[in-house]
Amino acid sequence: MDDVSGINKKKLQDWFWAYFMILPTVAGTLIFSIWPLIQSFYLSFTEWGAFGSYDWGGTVNFERMLGDSVLWQALRNTIVFTVGSVPFGIALSIIVAVLLNTKIRGMSTYRTLYFLPVVTMPVAVAMVWRWLYNADFGLLNHILSTVGIAGPRWLTDPNYAMISLIIVSIWSSIGYNMVIFLSGLQGISKQYYEAAEIDGANSFVQFFRITLPMLSPTIFFVTVTSLISSFQVFELIFTMIGINSPVIRHTQSVVFYFYRQAFVNMDKGYAAAISLVLFVIILGVTIVQFRLQKRWVHYE
Amino acid sequence: MSKERSQKRSTGKLIVHIILIVGALLMVGPFIWMILTSFMSLGESTRVPPVIIPAQLRWQNYQRVFTSFPFMRFYWNTFSTTVMKVAGQVFFCSMAAYAFARIRFPGRDFLFVMILSVLMVPSQAYIIPRYLLMARLGWLNTLTALTVPGLTSSFGTFLLRQFFMSLPTELEEAATLDGCNHFQIYYKIFAPLAKSGMIALAIFTALWSWNDLMWPLIVNSSPLKMPLSAGLSSLQGQYGTDFPLLMAGSLMAIAPMIAMFIVLQNQFVEGIALTGTKG
Repeated sequence: MDDVSGINKKKLQDWFWAYFMILPTVAGTLIFSIWPLIQSFYLSFTEWGAFGSYDWGGTVNFERMLGDSVLWQALRNTIVFTVGSVPFGIALSIIVAVLLNTKIRGMSTYRTLYFLPVVTMPVAVAMVWRWLYNADFGLLNHILSTVGIAGPRWLTDPNYAMISLIIVSIWSSIGYNMVIFLSGLQGISKQYYEAAEIDGANSFVQFFRITLPMLSPTIFFVTVTSLISSFQVFELIFTMIGINSPVIRHTQSVVFYFYRQAFVNMDKGYAAAISLVLFVIILGVTIVQFRLQKRWVHYE
Repeated sequence: MSKERSQKRSTGKLIVHIILIVGALLMVGPFIWMILTSFMSLGESTRVPPVIIPAQLRWQNYQRVFTSFPFMRFYWNTFSTTVMKVAGQVFFCSMAAYAFARIRFPGRDFLFVMILSVLMVPSQAYIIPRYLLMARLGWLNTLTALTVPGLTSSFGTFLLRQFFMSLPTELEEAATLDGCNHFQIYYKIFAPLAKSGMIALAIFTALWSWNDLMWPLIVNSSPLKMPLSAGLSSLQGQYGTDFPLLMAGSLMAIAPMIAMFIVLQNQFVEGIALTGTKG
Protein backbone atom coordinates (compact mmCIF):
# COMPACT_ATOMS: atom_id res chain seq x y z
CA MET A 1 0.00 0.00 0.00
CA ASP A 2 2.67 2.41 1.04
CA ASP A 3 4.63 1.58 -2.05
CA VAL A 4 1.67 2.30 -4.34
CA SER A 5 0.90 5.67 -2.80
CA GLY A 6 4.61 6.41 -2.99
CA ILE A 7 4.51 5.91 -6.76
CA ASN A 8 1.42 8.03 -7.05
CA LYS A 9 3.03 10.81 -5.10
CA LYS A 10 6.05 10.65 -7.37
CA LYS A 11 3.77 10.72 -10.39
CA LEU A 12 1.82 13.71 -9.12
CA GLN A 13 5.07 15.48 -8.46
CA ASP A 14 6.24 14.75 -12.01
CA TRP A 15 2.97 16.10 -13.39
CA PHE A 16 3.26 19.21 -11.29
CA TRP A 17 6.73 19.94 -12.66
CA ALA A 18 5.69 19.13 -16.21
CA TYR A 19 2.76 21.58 -16.13
CA PHE A 20 4.91 24.15 -14.39
CA MET A 21 7.58 23.89 -17.07
CA ILE A 22 5.26 24.06 -20.06
CA LEU A 23 3.05 26.77 -18.58
CA PRO A 24 4.75 29.85 -20.12
CA THR A 25 4.89 28.32 -23.61
CA VAL A 26 1.35 26.95 -23.51
CA ALA A 27 0.00 30.23 -22.14
CA GLY A 28 1.93 32.27 -24.73
CA THR A 29 0.70 30.06 -27.57
CA LEU A 30 -2.91 30.19 -26.40
CA ILE A 31 -3.02 33.92 -25.70
CA PHE A 32 -1.02 35.21 -28.66
CA SER A 33 -1.74 32.67 -31.41
CA ILE A 34 -4.52 30.11 -30.90
CA TRP A 35 -7.15 32.36 -29.35
CA PRO A 36 -6.44 35.19 -31.83
CA LEU A 37 -6.75 32.68 -34.68
CA ILE A 38 -10.20 31.69 -33.41
CA GLN A 39 -11.12 35.37 -33.11
CA SER A 40 -10.00 35.88 -36.72
CA PHE A 41 -12.66 33.37 -37.78
CA TYR A 42 -15.23 35.43 -35.94
CA LEU A 43 -13.89 38.75 -37.28
CA SER A 44 -14.03 37.51 -40.85
CA PHE A 45 -17.82 37.51 -40.49
CA THR A 46 -17.99 41.10 -39.22
CA GLU A 47 -18.39 44.40 -41.01
CA TRP A 48 -16.28 47.30 -39.78
CA GLY A 49 -17.48 50.88 -39.70
CA ALA A 50 -15.62 54.05 -38.87
CA PHE A 51 -13.93 54.38 -35.45
CA GLY A 52 -13.42 50.66 -35.00
CA SER A 53 -17.04 49.69 -34.45
CA TYR A 54 -18.22 46.47 -36.04
CA ASP A 55 -21.34 44.39 -36.63
CA TRP A 56 -22.12 40.86 -37.67
CA GLY A 57 -22.04 40.81 -41.44
CA GLY A 58 -22.47 37.15 -42.29
CA THR A 59 -20.59 36.12 -45.41
CA VAL A 60 -20.46 39.66 -46.79
CA ASN A 61 -16.64 39.79 -46.69
CA PHE A 62 -16.27 36.57 -48.60
CA GLU A 63 -18.74 37.73 -51.23
CA ARG A 64 -16.83 40.97 -51.52
CA MET A 65 -13.59 39.09 -52.13
CA LEU A 66 -15.06 37.36 -55.16
CA GLY A 67 -15.74 40.66 -56.86
CA ASP A 68 -12.62 42.50 -55.65
CA SER A 69 -10.46 42.84 -58.75
CA VAL A 70 -7.62 44.45 -56.76
CA LEU A 71 -7.44 41.38 -54.55
CA TRP A 72 -7.41 39.07 -57.56
CA GLN A 73 -4.63 41.10 -59.05
CA ALA A 74 -2.74 40.85 -55.74
CA LEU A 75 -3.15 37.08 -55.84
CA ARG A 76 -1.88 37.03 -59.42
CA ASN A 77 1.09 39.22 -58.39
CA THR A 78 1.88 36.84 -55.54
CA ILE A 79 1.84 33.85 -57.88
CA VAL A 80 4.04 35.65 -60.44
CA PHE A 81 6.46 36.59 -57.68
CA THR A 82 6.56 33.03 -56.35
CA VAL A 83 6.94 31.39 -59.74
CA GLY A 84 9.63 33.89 -60.68
CA SER A 85 11.68 33.67 -57.52
CA VAL A 86 11.38 30.18 -56.04
CA PRO A 87 12.55 27.94 -58.92
CA PHE A 88 15.42 30.22 -59.97
CA GLY A 89 16.45 30.79 -56.38
CA ILE A 90 16.53 27.06 -55.70
CA ALA A 91 18.38 26.25 -58.93
CA LEU A 92 21.03 28.87 -58.23
CA SER A 93 21.49 27.73 -54.62
CA ILE A 94 21.92 24.14 -55.76
CA ILE A 95 24.55 25.19 -58.31
CA VAL A 96 26.47 27.20 -55.72
CA ALA A 97 26.22 24.39 -53.17
CA VAL A 98 27.44 21.77 -55.66
CA LEU A 99 30.38 23.97 -56.68
CA LEU A 100 31.29 24.61 -53.05
CA ASN A 101 31.06 20.91 -52.30
CA THR A 102 33.94 20.07 -54.67
CA LYS A 103 36.49 20.43 -51.86
CA ILE A 104 37.48 23.75 -53.30
CA ARG A 105 39.94 26.04 -51.57
CA GLY A 106 38.41 29.04 -49.80
CA MET A 107 35.08 27.24 -49.41
CA SER A 108 34.26 28.84 -46.07
CA THR A 109 35.09 32.32 -47.38
CA TYR A 110 32.72 31.85 -50.30
CA ARG A 111 30.07 30.53 -47.94
CA THR A 112 30.40 33.58 -45.72
CA LEU A 113 30.08 35.99 -48.64
CA TYR A 114 27.06 34.26 -50.14
CA PHE A 115 25.40 34.17 -46.74
CA LEU A 116 25.78 37.88 -45.92
CA PRO A 117 22.42 38.97 -47.40
CA VAL A 118 20.62 36.44 -45.21
CA VAL A 119 21.66 38.17 -42.00
CA THR A 120 21.02 41.64 -43.37
CA MET A 121 17.92 43.50 -42.28
CA PRO A 122 15.41 43.44 -45.18
CA VAL A 123 14.81 47.17 -44.80
CA ALA A 124 18.51 47.83 -45.39
CA VAL A 125 18.56 45.38 -48.30
CA ALA A 126 15.65 47.27 -49.85
CA MET A 127 17.37 50.57 -49.29
CA VAL A 128 20.59 49.68 -51.07
CA TRP A 129 18.73 48.03 -53.94
CA ARG A 130 16.51 51.08 -54.35
CA TRP A 131 19.72 53.01 -54.69
CA LEU A 132 21.18 50.56 -57.20
CA TYR A 133 17.94 50.57 -59.18
CA ASN A 134 17.62 54.36 -59.10
CA ALA A 135 16.77 55.35 -62.66
CA ASP A 136 18.70 58.63 -62.75
CA PHE A 137 21.78 58.09 -60.58
CA GLY A 138 21.75 54.35 -59.91
CA LEU A 139 24.78 52.19 -60.52
CA LEU A 140 22.85 49.52 -62.40
CA ASN A 141 21.65 51.76 -65.21
CA HIS A 142 25.09 53.30 -65.43
CA ILE A 143 26.66 49.88 -65.94
CA LEU A 144 24.00 49.07 -68.54
CA SER A 145 24.68 52.35 -70.33
CA THR A 146 28.37 51.51 -70.68
CA VAL A 147 27.35 48.57 -72.85
CA GLY A 148 24.86 50.70 -74.73
CA ILE A 149 21.65 49.68 -73.01
CA ALA A 150 19.29 52.37 -71.77
CA GLY A 151 18.15 50.97 -68.42
CA PRO A 152 14.46 51.14 -67.52
CA ARG A 153 12.92 52.91 -64.54
CA TRP A 154 13.14 49.70 -62.57
CA LEU A 155 10.88 50.40 -59.63
CA THR A 156 8.32 52.72 -61.20
CA ASP A 157 7.75 51.03 -64.55
CA PRO A 158 4.97 48.43 -64.16
CA ASN A 159 6.76 46.17 -66.64
CA TYR A 160 9.94 46.05 -64.58
CA ALA A 161 8.86 46.53 -60.95
CA MET A 162 8.02 42.87 -60.38
CA ILE A 163 11.20 41.54 -61.94
CA SER A 164 13.19 43.99 -59.80
CA LEU A 165 11.57 42.52 -56.69
CA ILE A 166 12.22 38.97 -57.85
CA ILE A 167 15.93 39.69 -58.38
CA VAL A 168 16.30 41.07 -54.86
CA SER A 169 14.36 38.18 -53.40
CA ILE A 170 16.63 35.64 -55.09
CA TRP A 171 19.72 37.60 -54.10
CA SER A 172 18.73 37.56 -50.44
CA SER A 173 17.73 33.91 -50.21
CA ILE A 174 20.51 32.09 -52.10
CA GLY A 175 22.77 31.89 -49.05
CA TYR A 176 20.21 30.32 -46.76
CA ASN A 177 19.16 27.61 -49.20
CA MET A 178 22.77 27.00 -50.17
CA VAL A 179 23.64 26.10 -46.57
CA ILE A 180 20.76 23.61 -46.39
CA PHE A 181 21.79 22.07 -49.73
CA LEU A 182 25.41 21.84 -48.61
CA SER A 183 24.42 19.80 -45.60
CA GLY A 184 22.25 17.64 -47.84
CA LEU A 185 25.14 17.09 -50.25
CA GLN A 186 27.43 16.08 -47.45
CA GLY A 187 25.03 13.28 -46.62
CA ILE A 188 25.46 11.62 -50.04
CA SER A 189 27.79 8.66 -49.88
CA LYS A 190 31.03 8.93 -51.87
CA GLN A 191 30.61 5.35 -53.09
CA TYR A 192 28.01 6.36 -55.67
CA TYR A 193 30.43 8.76 -57.30
CA GLU A 194 33.32 6.31 -57.18
CA ALA A 195 31.18 3.69 -58.90
CA ALA A 196 30.08 6.22 -61.52
CA GLU A 197 33.68 7.22 -62.10
CA ILE A 198 34.61 3.63 -62.81
CA ASP A 199 31.72 3.43 -65.26
CA GLY A 200 33.18 6.49 -66.95
CA ALA A 201 30.26 8.84 -66.22
CA ASN A 202 31.27 12.49 -66.54
CA SER A 203 30.42 15.24 -64.03
CA PHE A 204 27.19 16.22 -65.76
CA VAL A 205 25.87 12.69 -65.85
CA GLN A 206 26.87 12.29 -62.20
CA PHE A 207 25.03 15.50 -61.30
CA PHE A 208 21.77 14.45 -62.95
CA ARG A 209 21.92 10.74 -62.12
CA ILE A 210 23.30 10.85 -58.57
CA THR A 211 23.35 14.31 -57.04
CA LEU A 212 19.87 15.50 -57.97
CA PRO A 213 17.99 12.30 -57.03
CA MET A 214 19.91 11.94 -53.77
CA LEU A 215 19.32 15.60 -52.96
CA SER A 216 15.60 15.44 -53.76
CA PRO A 217 14.40 15.18 -50.12
CA THR A 218 16.31 18.40 -49.36
CA ILE A 219 14.99 20.04 -52.53
CA PHE A 220 11.50 19.07 -51.45
CA PHE A 221 11.97 20.60 -48.00
CA VAL A 222 13.41 23.82 -49.41
CA THR A 223 10.64 24.07 -52.02
CA VAL A 224 7.90 23.70 -49.41
CA THR A 225 9.38 26.31 -47.05
CA SER A 226 10.28 28.72 -49.88
CA LEU A 227 6.79 28.58 -51.36
CA ILE A 228 5.22 29.22 -47.96
CA SER A 229 7.41 32.23 -47.26
CA SER A 230 7.16 33.65 -50.75
CA PHE A 231 3.36 33.47 -50.59
CA GLN A 232 3.67 35.69 -47.54
CA VAL A 233 5.96 38.28 -49.12
CA PHE A 234 5.37 41.69 -47.57
CA GLU A 235 8.47 43.53 -46.36
CA LEU A 236 10.15 43.59 -49.74
CA ILE A 237 7.14 45.28 -51.32
CA PHE A 238 6.56 47.61 -48.40
CA THR A 239 10.13 48.87 -48.40
CA MET A 240 11.05 48.74 -52.09
CA ILE A 241 7.82 49.88 -53.72
CA GLY A 242 5.92 51.59 -50.92
CA ILE A 243 2.27 52.18 -50.39
CA ASN A 244 2.06 55.37 -52.47
CA SER A 245 3.90 54.13 -55.54
CA PRO A 246 2.04 54.28 -58.88
CA VAL A 247 2.99 50.64 -59.52
CA ILE A 248 1.72 49.29 -56.22
CA ARG A 249 -1.30 47.67 -57.89
CA HIS A 250 1.05 45.77 -60.18
CA THR A 251 3.28 44.57 -57.40
CA GLN A 252 1.34 44.26 -54.17
CA SER A 253 1.03 40.79 -52.73
CA VAL A 254 -1.95 39.33 -50.92
CA VAL A 255 -0.30 39.98 -47.56
CA PHE A 256 0.46 43.55 -48.53
CA TYR A 257 -3.17 44.06 -49.53
CA PHE A 258 -4.19 42.42 -46.25
CA TYR A 259 -1.96 44.84 -44.34
CA ARG A 260 -3.49 47.81 -46.16
CA GLN A 261 -7.04 46.70 -45.47
CA ALA A 262 -6.36 45.91 -41.82
CA PHE A 263 -4.11 48.74 -40.71
CA VAL A 264 -4.44 51.54 -43.26
CA ASN A 265 -8.08 51.29 -44.35
CA MET A 266 -9.04 49.92 -40.93
CA ASP A 267 -11.28 47.32 -42.48
CA LYS A 268 -10.34 44.53 -40.12
CA GLY A 269 -13.24 42.24 -40.88
CA TYR A 270 -12.43 42.13 -44.57
CA ALA A 271 -8.72 41.77 -43.82
CA ALA A 272 -9.38 38.85 -41.46
CA ALA A 273 -11.34 37.11 -44.22
CA ILE A 274 -8.44 37.65 -46.64
CA SER A 275 -5.95 36.24 -44.13
CA LEU A 276 -8.01 33.09 -43.67
CA VAL A 277 -8.33 32.53 -47.40
CA LEU A 278 -4.57 32.96 -47.69
CA PHE A 279 -4.13 30.40 -44.91
CA VAL A 280 -6.30 27.94 -46.84
CA ILE A 281 -4.38 28.60 -50.08
CA ILE A 282 -1.02 28.01 -48.42
CA LEU A 283 -2.30 24.88 -46.73
CA GLY A 284 -3.67 23.64 -50.05
CA VAL A 285 -0.43 24.28 -51.92
CA THR A 286 1.53 22.48 -49.20
CA ILE A 287 -0.80 19.47 -49.23
CA VAL A 288 -0.55 19.24 -53.02
CA GLN A 289 3.23 19.26 -52.74
CA PHE A 290 3.20 16.44 -50.21
CA ARG A 291 0.95 14.47 -52.57
CA LEU A 292 3.21 15.09 -55.55
CA GLN A 293 6.43 14.31 -53.72
CA LYS A 294 6.04 10.56 -54.35
CA ARG A 295 6.56 11.24 -58.04
CA TRP A 296 9.94 12.87 -57.74
CA VAL A 297 11.36 12.71 -54.23
CA HIS A 298 13.72 9.82 -53.79
CA TYR A 299 14.02 8.46 -50.24
CA GLU A 300 16.67 5.91 -49.51
CA MET B 1 47.34 9.99 -69.30
CA SER B 2 47.36 10.86 -65.61
CA LYS B 3 49.08 14.14 -66.34
CA GLU B 4 46.40 15.01 -68.86
CA ARG B 5 43.77 14.11 -66.32
CA SER B 6 45.20 16.24 -63.54
CA GLN B 7 45.52 19.12 -65.95
CA LYS B 8 41.88 18.70 -66.89
CA ARG B 9 40.99 18.68 -63.20
CA SER B 10 42.88 21.87 -62.47
CA THR B 11 41.25 23.75 -65.38
CA GLY B 12 37.96 22.49 -63.95
CA LYS B 13 38.85 23.98 -60.56
CA LEU B 14 39.78 27.25 -62.20
CA ILE B 15 36.41 27.48 -63.94
CA VAL B 16 34.65 26.71 -60.65
CA HIS B 17 36.63 29.47 -58.95
CA ILE B 18 35.77 31.96 -61.68
CA ILE B 19 32.05 31.19 -61.42
CA LEU B 20 32.14 31.43 -57.63
CA ILE B 21 34.07 34.69 -57.67
CA VAL B 22 31.64 36.30 -60.11
CA GLY B 23 28.79 35.10 -57.89
CA ALA B 24 30.50 36.39 -54.77
CA LEU B 25 30.97 39.80 -56.37
CA LEU B 26 27.27 39.95 -57.16
CA MET B 27 26.47 39.05 -53.56
CA VAL B 28 28.92 41.46 -51.97
CA GLY B 29 28.68 44.27 -54.53
CA PRO B 30 25.64 45.92 -52.95
CA PHE B 31 27.40 45.97 -49.56
CA ILE B 32 30.50 47.59 -51.03
CA TRP B 33 28.32 50.13 -52.79
CA MET B 34 26.57 50.79 -49.49
CA ILE B 35 29.89 51.51 -47.79
CA LEU B 36 31.19 53.70 -50.62
CA THR B 37 27.97 55.70 -50.81
CA SER B 38 27.88 56.23 -47.06
CA PHE B 39 31.04 58.34 -47.38
CA MET B 40 29.90 60.44 -50.33
CA SER B 41 28.59 63.95 -50.30
CA LEU B 42 25.06 64.43 -51.56
CA GLY B 43 26.53 66.04 -54.69
CA GLU B 44 28.84 63.10 -55.34
CA SER B 45 25.99 60.63 -55.03
CA THR B 46 23.95 62.39 -57.74
CA ARG B 47 26.64 62.90 -60.34
CA VAL B 48 26.45 61.46 -63.86
CA PRO B 49 28.48 59.39 -64.56
CA PRO B 50 28.50 58.20 -60.94
CA VAL B 51 31.40 58.75 -58.58
CA ILE B 52 32.69 55.35 -57.46
CA ILE B 53 35.29 56.33 -54.90
CA PRO B 54 34.31 59.35 -52.78
CA ALA B 55 36.89 62.17 -52.73
CA GLN B 56 37.11 61.98 -48.95
CA LEU B 57 35.67 59.93 -46.12
CA ARG B 58 32.71 61.96 -45.00
CA TRP B 59 32.05 60.69 -41.50
CA GLN B 60 29.56 63.54 -41.23
CA ASN B 61 26.96 61.29 -42.84
CA TYR B 62 27.16 59.01 -39.82
CA GLN B 63 26.86 61.96 -37.47
CA ARG B 64 23.86 63.23 -39.40
CA VAL B 65 22.08 59.91 -38.81
CA PHE B 66 22.20 60.60 -35.09
CA THR B 67 21.22 64.25 -35.33
CA SER B 68 18.38 63.87 -37.86
CA PHE B 69 16.49 61.15 -35.99
CA PRO B 70 16.28 59.44 -32.61
CA PHE B 71 18.65 56.80 -33.97
CA MET B 72 20.10 55.86 -30.58
CA ARG B 73 16.55 55.32 -29.40
CA PHE B 74 15.84 53.00 -32.36
CA TYR B 75 18.99 51.12 -31.50
CA TRP B 76 18.09 50.74 -27.86
CA ASN B 77 14.55 49.61 -28.72
CA THR B 78 15.83 46.91 -31.06
CA PHE B 79 18.64 45.86 -28.77
CA SER B 80 16.62 45.59 -25.58
CA THR B 81 13.68 43.76 -27.15
CA THR B 82 16.05 41.36 -28.90
CA VAL B 83 17.88 40.55 -25.67
CA MET B 84 14.61 39.95 -23.83
CA LYS B 85 13.23 37.72 -26.56
CA VAL B 86 16.41 35.67 -26.83
CA ALA B 87 16.56 35.17 -23.06
CA GLY B 88 12.84 34.38 -22.85
CA GLN B 89 12.80 31.91 -25.71
CA VAL B 90 15.94 30.06 -24.67
CA PHE B 91 14.63 29.67 -21.13
CA PHE B 92 10.92 29.02 -21.73
CA CYS B 93 11.35 26.88 -24.84
CA SER B 94 14.03 24.68 -23.35
CA MET B 95 11.97 24.20 -20.20
CA ALA B 96 8.85 23.25 -22.17
CA ALA B 97 10.90 21.14 -24.57
CA TYR B 98 12.36 19.17 -21.67
CA ALA B 99 8.91 18.48 -20.22
CA PHE B 100 7.50 17.41 -23.59
CA ALA B 101 10.49 15.20 -24.32
CA ARG B 102 11.19 13.58 -20.96
CA ILE B 103 8.10 13.59 -18.70
CA ARG B 104 4.90 11.59 -19.18
CA PHE B 105 1.83 13.56 -18.16
CA PRO B 106 -1.84 13.70 -19.12
CA GLY B 107 -2.54 15.89 -22.17
CA ARG B 108 1.08 15.92 -23.27
CA ASP B 109 0.55 14.93 -26.88
CA PHE B 110 -2.49 17.15 -27.31
CA LEU B 111 -0.68 20.21 -25.95
CA PHE B 112 2.41 19.54 -28.03
CA VAL B 113 0.44 19.17 -31.24
CA MET B 114 -1.41 22.38 -30.37
CA ILE B 115 1.88 24.26 -30.04
CA LEU B 116 3.23 22.69 -33.21
CA SER B 117 0.13 23.52 -35.24
CA VAL B 118 0.91 27.22 -34.90
CA LEU B 119 3.93 26.65 -37.16
CA MET B 120 1.58 25.88 -40.03
CA VAL B 121 -0.52 29.01 -39.66
CA PRO B 122 0.70 32.16 -41.45
CA SER B 123 1.04 34.92 -38.88
CA GLN B 124 -1.41 37.17 -40.73
CA ALA B 125 -4.19 34.82 -39.69
CA TYR B 126 -3.87 35.84 -36.04
CA ILE B 127 -2.17 39.21 -36.21
CA ILE B 128 -5.33 41.38 -36.18
CA PRO B 129 -6.81 39.98 -32.94
CA ARG B 130 -3.31 40.02 -31.47
CA TYR B 131 -3.12 43.71 -32.29
CA LEU B 132 -6.56 44.30 -30.80
CA LEU B 133 -5.38 42.53 -27.64
CA MET B 134 -2.36 44.83 -27.42
CA ALA B 135 -4.68 47.81 -27.83
CA ARG B 136 -7.01 46.59 -25.09
CA LEU B 137 -4.07 46.02 -22.73
CA GLY B 138 -2.85 49.55 -23.42
CA TRP B 139 0.41 48.19 -24.82
CA LEU B 140 0.40 50.00 -28.17
CA ASN B 141 3.53 52.13 -28.57
CA THR B 142 5.38 50.31 -25.82
CA LEU B 143 8.34 47.98 -25.94
CA THR B 144 6.15 45.47 -24.09
CA ALA B 145 4.10 44.96 -27.26
CA LEU B 146 7.28 44.21 -29.21
CA THR B 147 8.63 41.84 -26.58
CA VAL B 148 5.95 39.84 -24.80
CA PRO B 149 4.41 37.91 -27.73
CA GLY B 150 7.95 36.86 -28.71
CA LEU B 151 9.01 35.46 -25.34
CA THR B 152 7.92 31.92 -26.24
CA SER B 153 7.88 30.12 -29.56
CA SER B 154 6.61 26.97 -31.19
CA PHE B 155 9.69 26.74 -33.37
CA GLY B 156 12.05 26.84 -30.40
CA THR B 157 10.05 24.31 -28.41
CA PHE B 158 10.05 21.94 -31.37
CA LEU B 159 13.76 22.41 -32.11
CA LEU B 160 14.89 21.79 -28.53
CA ARG B 161 12.51 18.89 -27.98
CA GLN B 162 14.33 17.10 -30.80
CA PHE B 163 17.54 17.68 -28.89
CA PHE B 164 16.27 16.38 -25.56
CA MET B 165 14.72 13.31 -27.20
CA SER B 166 18.10 12.23 -28.51
CA LEU B 167 19.75 12.11 -25.08
CA PRO B 168 20.04 8.73 -23.27
CA THR B 169 17.49 7.83 -20.53
CA GLU B 170 20.10 6.78 -17.97
CA LEU B 171 20.75 10.46 -17.37
CA GLU B 172 17.57 11.23 -15.47
CA GLU B 173 17.40 7.80 -13.82
CA ALA B 174 20.58 8.51 -11.90
CA ALA B 175 19.41 11.98 -10.99
CA THR B 176 15.97 10.76 -9.85
CA LEU B 177 17.70 8.32 -7.50
CA ASP B 178 19.59 11.24 -6.04
CA GLY B 179 16.23 12.82 -5.21
CA CYS B 180 16.23 15.55 -7.82
CA ASN B 181 12.90 16.79 -9.14
CA HIS B 182 12.35 17.37 -12.84
CA PHE B 183 13.16 21.02 -12.76
CA GLN B 184 16.50 20.26 -11.12
CA ILE B 185 17.21 17.50 -13.64
CA TYR B 186 16.46 19.92 -16.48
CA TYR B 187 18.47 22.70 -14.97
CA LYS B 188 21.50 20.76 -13.82
CA ILE B 189 21.83 17.98 -16.38
CA PHE B 190 19.82 18.53 -19.54
CA ALA B 191 20.11 22.25 -20.18
CA PRO B 192 23.93 22.16 -20.29
CA LEU B 193 23.80 19.20 -22.70
CA ALA B 194 21.51 21.03 -25.11
CA LYS B 195 23.81 24.01 -25.34
CA SER B 196 24.36 23.78 -29.09
CA GLY B 197 20.61 23.65 -29.71
CA MET B 198 20.08 26.63 -27.44
CA ILE B 199 22.75 28.60 -29.24
CA ALA B 200 21.07 27.83 -32.56
CA LEU B 201 17.74 29.00 -31.17
CA ALA B 202 19.33 32.13 -29.72
CA ILE B 203 20.84 32.98 -33.11
CA PHE B 204 17.57 32.51 -34.99
CA THR B 205 15.61 34.48 -32.42
CA ALA B 206 18.11 37.33 -32.45
CA LEU B 207 18.07 37.50 -36.22
CA TRP B 208 14.28 37.44 -36.53
CA SER B 209 13.80 39.91 -33.73
CA TRP B 210 16.44 42.31 -35.02
CA ASN B 211 15.12 42.31 -38.58
CA ASP B 212 11.35 42.01 -38.06
CA LEU B 213 9.29 44.77 -39.62
CA MET B 214 5.59 43.96 -39.86
CA TRP B 215 4.73 43.59 -36.18
CA PRO B 216 6.59 46.77 -35.06
CA LEU B 217 4.95 48.64 -37.94
CA ILE B 218 1.54 47.56 -36.67
CA VAL B 219 1.90 48.11 -32.93
CA ASN B 220 4.36 50.99 -32.60
CA SER B 221 3.77 54.09 -34.67
CA SER B 222 5.46 56.45 -32.24
CA PRO B 223 9.05 57.15 -33.36
CA LEU B 224 10.31 56.87 -29.82
CA LYS B 225 9.15 53.27 -29.55
CA MET B 226 10.17 52.09 -33.02
CA PRO B 227 12.88 49.52 -33.54
CA LEU B 228 15.61 50.05 -36.15
CA SER B 229 13.70 48.31 -38.93
CA ALA B 230 10.62 50.50 -38.69
CA GLY B 231 12.75 53.54 -37.92
CA LEU B 232 14.87 53.06 -41.02
CA SER B 233 11.82 52.59 -43.17
CA SER B 234 10.37 55.86 -41.89
CA LEU B 235 13.76 57.47 -42.55
CA GLN B 236 13.40 56.42 -46.12
CA GLY B 237 10.06 58.18 -46.34
CA GLN B 238 11.52 61.43 -45.04
CA TYR B 239 14.93 61.45 -46.72
CA GLY B 240 14.05 59.43 -49.83
CA THR B 241 16.90 60.61 -52.03
CA ASP B 242 19.60 61.40 -49.47
CA PHE B 243 21.30 58.09 -50.16
CA PRO B 244 24.56 58.80 -48.30
CA LEU B 245 22.53 59.34 -45.14
CA LEU B 246 20.34 56.28 -45.76
CA MET B 247 23.37 54.08 -46.46
CA ALA B 248 25.15 55.23 -43.31
CA GLY B 249 22.03 54.48 -41.26
CA SER B 250 21.57 51.08 -42.91
CA LEU B 251 25.17 50.09 -42.30
CA MET B 252 24.93 50.88 -38.62
CA ALA B 253 21.67 48.95 -38.40
CA ILE B 254 23.03 45.79 -40.02
CA ALA B 255 26.50 45.81 -38.44
CA PRO B 256 25.61 43.93 -35.21
CA MET B 257 23.97 40.99 -37.00
CA ILE B 258 26.80 40.75 -39.51
CA ALA B 259 29.32 40.80 -36.67
CA MET B 260 27.35 38.12 -34.83
CA PHE B 261 27.24 36.01 -37.98
CA ILE B 262 30.98 36.27 -38.59
CA VAL B 263 31.80 35.33 -35.01
CA LEU B 264 29.25 32.51 -34.70
CA GLN B 265 29.41 31.33 -38.29
CA ASN B 266 29.72 27.64 -37.61
CA GLN B 267 26.85 27.64 -35.13
CA PHE B 268 24.72 29.48 -37.71
CA VAL B 269 25.42 26.91 -40.36
CA GLU B 270 24.89 23.98 -37.98
CA GLY B 271 21.61 25.49 -36.78
CA ILE B 272 20.27 25.89 -40.29
CA ALA B 273 21.37 22.43 -41.29
CA LEU B 274 19.59 21.12 -38.18
CA THR B 275 16.27 22.75 -39.05
CA GLY B 276 16.73 21.85 -42.69
CA THR B 277 17.18 18.16 -42.22
CA LYS B 278 15.02 17.48 -39.18
CA GLY B 279 12.37 20.12 -39.74
